[in-house]
Amino acid sequence: MSAFSALIARELKLAFRAGGEALVLVLFFVMVGVIVPFAIGPDRPMLTRLSPGIVWIAAFLSTLLGLDRLFRADDEDGSLTLLRHSALPLEAIVFGKLIAHWLVTAVPLLLATPVLALLLSMSFEQWGRCALALLIGTPALTAFGAIGAAVTVGLRRGGLVAPVLILPLAIPVMIFGVGMMDPMTGGGATLFLLALSLVVTAFSPFAAALALRAAGE
Amino acid sequence: MMTLASGHFGSLGMAAMTDPVAASAASIHVRGLTVRRGERLLFETLDFDVAPGNVLLVRGPNGVGKSTLLMTLAGIVRAEAGTVEGIEPTGLHLLNYQSGLKSRLSVGENLKFWRDMNGASGLTPEAALERVGIAALIGLEAGYLSSGQLRRLSLARLLVSRRPIWLLDEPSAALDAAGEALLGQLIDAHRATGGMAIIATHHDLPLAEPAGIDTLVLQ
Repeated sequence: MSAFSALIARELKLAFRAGGEALVLVLFFVMVGVIVPFAIGPDRPMLTRLSPGIVWIAAFLSTLLGLDRLFRADDEDGSLTLLRHSALPLEAIVFGKLIAHWLVTAVPLLLATPVLALLLSMSFEQWGRCALALLIGTPALTAFGAIGAAVTVGLRRGGLVAPVLILPLAIPVMIFGVGMMDPMTGGGATLFLLALSLVVTAFSPFAAALALRAAGE
Repeated sequence: MMTLASGHFGSLGMAAMTDPVAASAASIHVRGLTVRRGERLLFETLDFDVAPGNVLLVRGPNGVGKSTLLMTLAGIVRAEAGTVEGIEPTGLHLLNYQSGLKSRLSVGENLKFWRDMNGASGLTPEAALERVGIAALIGLEAGYLSSGQLRRLSLARLLVSRRPIWLLDEPSAALDAAGEALLGQLIDAHRATGGMAIIATHHDLPLAEPAGIDTLVLQ
């Protein structure tokens, strides 16, 4: 097996065997959708109007919660140090971990969107836009998160620092993600979100690798 | 007389990508190495060489900087001054107190992962486990291993990918008497193929060939 696919296969295997974590994130995502109707009251048109924002807040928070596991375990058991002597450059290793992390944390969210759509009384068309927006936007969230996780890998309570650190960076993702779900302005926002995701995904392995190198000292 | 132009080392570096052990003709040259941790100066203007087939034992009391020296040679910790020649990041194995093994993966999966990452240039995982005496545990989750067995599994990682330089930090920790003898044999075999080892240890390792073993004492 090539080094890159071996890395992704290992990450997926570990995630499935550790089980719970990905499931907890999905439950958290759905939970936000369950709470909001109770908080707002039985006003269905209002729920429908607010649903894009609620979906994004839910996705945002559950993505941030899952960040901590990205590099911490590998740092603690020494894998991160040993990986720096592997055949792959550290940037490629970060990119591989990013892909695996997205598959484990974001794809379950996408699969859970129908439940949220039902709870927030979204139309079928709205749900479609919502799923598409998450599909395009979550790579950017994960990539921003990788930078935060790498910067805080040496801190004991880094799990709480990283989300605060990347929150301002990730706000554009939220803006264009919500914008994309509006049928009037959707087209432009889609392109912006797409561009944002591509740029951040391309850029973050380098930034995260730099931070990890500094953390190794 | 030897003149070592940098181009000479460059070409050896290229060779290291195709056949790591053939490239072990490149000796390690360390000149004027100075490392500081925080405010504390650990060692200053350290000079040493390690030729192919040789071993350097690094000795000294706790906290003197033995592990840091190995981490510096491994390229993890940055030196304040000095040069290290002849060590490529992909031409070395590091073995320290952190195993880099995942407790939820089986012994075989852990070993195959490191073989895929570091290059399948050495023994097969089965043969390497046989060599370190834990072949029967291949399907067991690594979390169930004792610390001595974990250490043997870490040694197997050095065998599945052939690399000319071994940086070993207290390699005999947690090993029983048979394990220490095994460690000595593995280092001897590594030296016989032109490999080099830099070992930080408080123990006397049972190495067969006393010639070519230098000692560096840090104070």
